[in-house]
Amino acid sequence: MSEKIRVLLAKPGLDGHDRGIKVIAAAFRDAGFEVIYTGLRQTPEQIVNAAIQEDVDAIGVSILSGAHMTLFPAIRKLMDEKGLDNVILFGGGIIPDDDIPELEKKGIDKIFTPGATTTETIEYLKGAVGGKKKEDKIM
Amino acid sequence: MFDKDFLEENKKNRSEWDKKTEKFKCKKSRPRFITVSGDEIKDLYTPEDIAHIDYEEKIGWPGQYPYTRGVHSTMYRTRLWTMRQFSGMGNASQTNQRYHYLLKNGQTGLSVAFDLPTLMGYDSDHPRSLGEVGKCGVAVDTLADMEIIFDKINLAEVSTSMTINAPASVLLAMYLAVAEKQGVSFDKLRGTLQNDILKEYIAQKEWIYPPHPSVRLITDLIEFCTEHVPQWNTISISGYHIREAGATAAQEAAFTLADGFTYIESAMEAGMDVDAFAPRLSFFFNAHQDFFEEIAKYRAARRIYARRMKEKYKAKDERSWLLRFHTQTAGCSLTAQQPENNIVRTAYEAMSAALGGTQSLHTNSMDETMALPSDKAALIALRTQQVLAHETGVTNTIDPLAGSYFVEALTDKMENDIEEMLAEIEHRGGVIKCIEEGFLQREIAKSAYRYQQEIERKERIIVGINDYIMKDEKIEIPILKIDESVETEQKKILKQIRERRDNDKVKRTLDDLVQVCKNGDNTLKAILECVRVMGTVGEISDAMKTVFGEYHEPPVI
Repeated sequence: MSEKIRVLLAKPGLDGHDRGIKVIAAAFRDAGFEVIYTGLRQTPEQIVNAAIQEDVDAIGVSILSGAHMTLFPAIRKLMDEKGLDNVILFGGGIIPDDDIPELEKKGIDKIFTPGATTTETIEYLKGAVGGKKKEDKIM
Repeated sequence: MFDKDFLEENKKNRSEWDKKTEKFKCKKSRPRFITVSGDEIKDLYTPEDIAHIDYEEKIGWPGQYPYTRGVHSTMYRTRLWTMRQFSGMGNASQTNQRYHYLLKNGQTGLSVAFDLPTLMGYDSDHPRSLGEVGKCGVAVDTLADMEIIFDKINLAEVSTSMTINAPASVLLAMYLAVAEKQGVSFDKLRGTLQNDILKEYIAQKEWIYPPHPSVRLITDLIEFCTEHVPQWNTISISGYHIREAGATAAQEAAFTLADGFTYIESAMEAGMDVDAFAPRLSFFFNAHQDFFEEIAKYRAARRIYARRMKEKYKAKDERSWLLRFHTQTAGCSLTAQQPENNIVRTAYEAMSAALGGTQSLHTNSMDETMALPSDKAALIALRTQQVLAHETGVTNTIDPLAGSYFVEALTDKMENDIEEMLAEIEHRGGVIKCIEEGFLQREIAKSAYRYQQEIERKERIIVGINDYIMKDEKIEIPILKIDESVETEQKKILKQIRERRDNDKVKRTLDDLVQVCKNGDNTLKAILECVRVMGTVGEISDAMKTVFGEYHEPPVI
């Protein structure tokens, strides 16, 4: 089994702003992750199906349209229903700080807001995915 | 530009000055002296740097070819730029309220921001619209929404810009139908439609149909407006979004101009005389943070456009040579941290737009990294323009930075860089080919990545982000929230409209539209019929989809 961290990067909903997700993708690649990018305008179903197909460790989602309170929980719910409860869901975009606690309550593992560095996201994933892989081994 | 002897002497003095000051230059206040776009800037510019420039040929006179110094001969001394704040939120009535608020406070032009479903040609009750209705602009499903947006606003007395691209024809048709209801004839209407689909494929990514049918819709619209809505600017050929996606200043200008030339060639191929439509083309640029780079960009763009229109497209009417533009300060330069600092960023950016000779300006609000503008933030943004216009003296004289060794050298360099990129695009087969091959998108993504790396390596300081950071900061400004009830209400109203309208008429007009899409008649005319009988944005867009198909972008990173 590959030890490389596998990440699916996705743009859900109608938002077409892809500068941030492409920067993250390039940084992840440079950091040695396996990156799969879904492209724009994915439904939660398409995202979760791709995650299953690609057997990823994490799904990263970018939303700048204000629809995050609908889309993030929808993706998490579907992930849990389809047995991806061990897969990390993280993301970023235009998300007011006030909304983050509720998103975390609904199972979103980490939100990165404007100003976050690619280094932060890389370190986070290494820690979070590494932690889960250790859990798997122990179990 | 200068006398030979003077130049010789000047060069000698520069050498001496360099030698004398060498010992001070080992100490640097920052690792690199680069523009926002990454170009190295010298410590000092002197007559030598602009000696090769012919004033009459390259710099010239305001309102005269090549328009480097401005498109009009009197510029702001006769008329200030239009203060046109991009605005729209929730439902039509909330948006109408904000428009009255801004007009009351001195805004001089309207600018409509639509929500994502509308931008993408979906109705508010489409499954893909879930969670998106009214969130980043106003929700428009039918003519009824448009009427409310302009309630108590006389369309004969305002000019309106609408930021809409893929379904631009539909929204323009709705605007025209509102004018009809107000009793205003089309020839009195003034405004602008963004309607620039090429930059959607490149940067903003809000499309419905593939490139060729999309360009046909645009050509139809140009044809219709040239005849019936003569004061309307049919396209706002945009660089703003290209820049926001990460392009450099030269890329922004080059890709935008290339798009413009593509539309021009397309209209000419369709048989239109260039002077019939070119005077109504307009542009839209970004005002990013590098003060002088932006000013050089605007001046170089005017010069290049004028030259192409005159020499390549053989436009005879001087109005066809004018690059008239709207500017928006750079959204991507704003920070979520210490948001009040964004007021300052926006002010500096606005100043460069004014010194660059913009015809119209939008200034961003401080809270836009978090939400749509609150009333308070929107007001400060407008006041920023008013202070700039009335208190700083920048409008006293035309193109005040002309003749600056630095600015003229930078303008020249920008011109060369842009021309190089235009040649590259041409060499690769034109804009549409470059879009299909992902060339433009990749160039932009490369620039974006490089910029981010410069920030993370601290080669580029952004206050509050990688320096002057405030830990445990509390955000103390009001943040606008769009209530979920907006979506529920909008869906309810839409249901009622569908029940009450004459559905036979709607079906007939939609069927006619499908025929027009197939037979090449004017689509805008057919869309106007659909709109008058309460055809929705989604229904009309879907009807055209059956003929034009849907665009899908291969996900390349």
